[in-house]
Amino acid sequence: MMRNIKYLIIGMLFGIVLVKSEVVSWFRVQEMFRLQSFHMYGIIGSAIVVGLISVLLIRRFQAKTISGEVIVIPIKKFHWGNVYGGLIFGLGWAITGACPGPLFAQIGSGFAVIIVTLLSAIAGTWVYGLLRDKLPH
Amino acid sequence: MMDILKQPWPWYVAGPLIGLVVPALLLAGNKAFGISSSLRHICAACFPANISFFKYDWKKESWNLFFVAGIVLGGFIATQYLSGNHLVQINPQTSTLLKQRGITDFSGLLPRDVFSFSQLLTLRGFIFMVVGGFMVGFGTRYAGGCTSGHAIMGISTLQWPSVVATCCFMAGGFAMTWFILPYLINL
Repeated sequence: MMRNIKYLIIGMLFGIVLVKSEVVSWFRVQEMFRLQSFHMYGIIGSAIVVGLISVLLIRRFQAKTISGEVIVIPIKKFHWGNVYGGLIFGLGWAITGACPGPLFAQIGSGFAVIIVTLLSAIAGTWVYGLLRDKLPH
Repeated sequence: MMDILKQPWPWYVAGPLIGLVVPALLLAGNKAFGISSSLRHICAACFPANISFFKYDWKKESWNLFFVAGIVLGGFIATQYLSGNHLVQINPQTSTLLKQRGITDFSGLLPRDVFSFSQLLTLRGFIFMVVGGFMVGFGTRYAGGCTSGHAIMGISTLQWPSVVATCCFMAGGFAMTWFILPYLINL
């Protein structure tokens, strides 16, 4: 429990940024996909740049975790699910105006009805698990 | 100071802060930034149903559930204590178009005329909340990650499958917004 509190705090700070920057707004997602604002592209782009530099620095200085472990970055192997699943998620993202992180933040900011959307997303994940062997990967 | 915090935060403040979640999680305990995995852990914890994809020790991944609980809490704090009650200032072209399509409530993060309990049992509400949510959950797991796991964590660590996945997220989003959503919103 105590060792997980730090993740709760990082999540909380992340949630505050998501709401304060309006990334969790359906309107912002509409604007992004209509190419009518730079806001979302700026956020995702600068997040990638900062993430990239951070990872380079971690590798360069062989930084360890706070408990002294060597940092390992998991490898993502290509499979066709990256394409098919990615397209399905993209279609859903433009409808709900939310990827999974914002769903949690929207609930916290008082949109109780989004609990239904989250439960439906959990159901979608469950159905993927059920059909996994039959889907092309 | 509080006045500045209560303004909407610009992209060049928010984006780098989000990027810092990547090293924060790595340094805190070798955790890879990713949110959609939490949905899998919830399935594994609550409804494993003997499905092999959900038979693993989800308790080892419980950090992820604390992380998403933190996001809910952060959403609450931002709205209760750091809100300046600003409308979401979108491009007038976008709002004009949405008004033409029948959206009237621009007062919140989401249009309440689509996203509310009273709309759940309408066809449009069902598609926007239930079908949309299902696609997000199914698609992210099939793709092996979402905007955080692929677009931010994956590309930050220079993994080309994440670039492919991110391009597909965007392609799906553009297709929906330009070609399908205009019909769905008028249901």
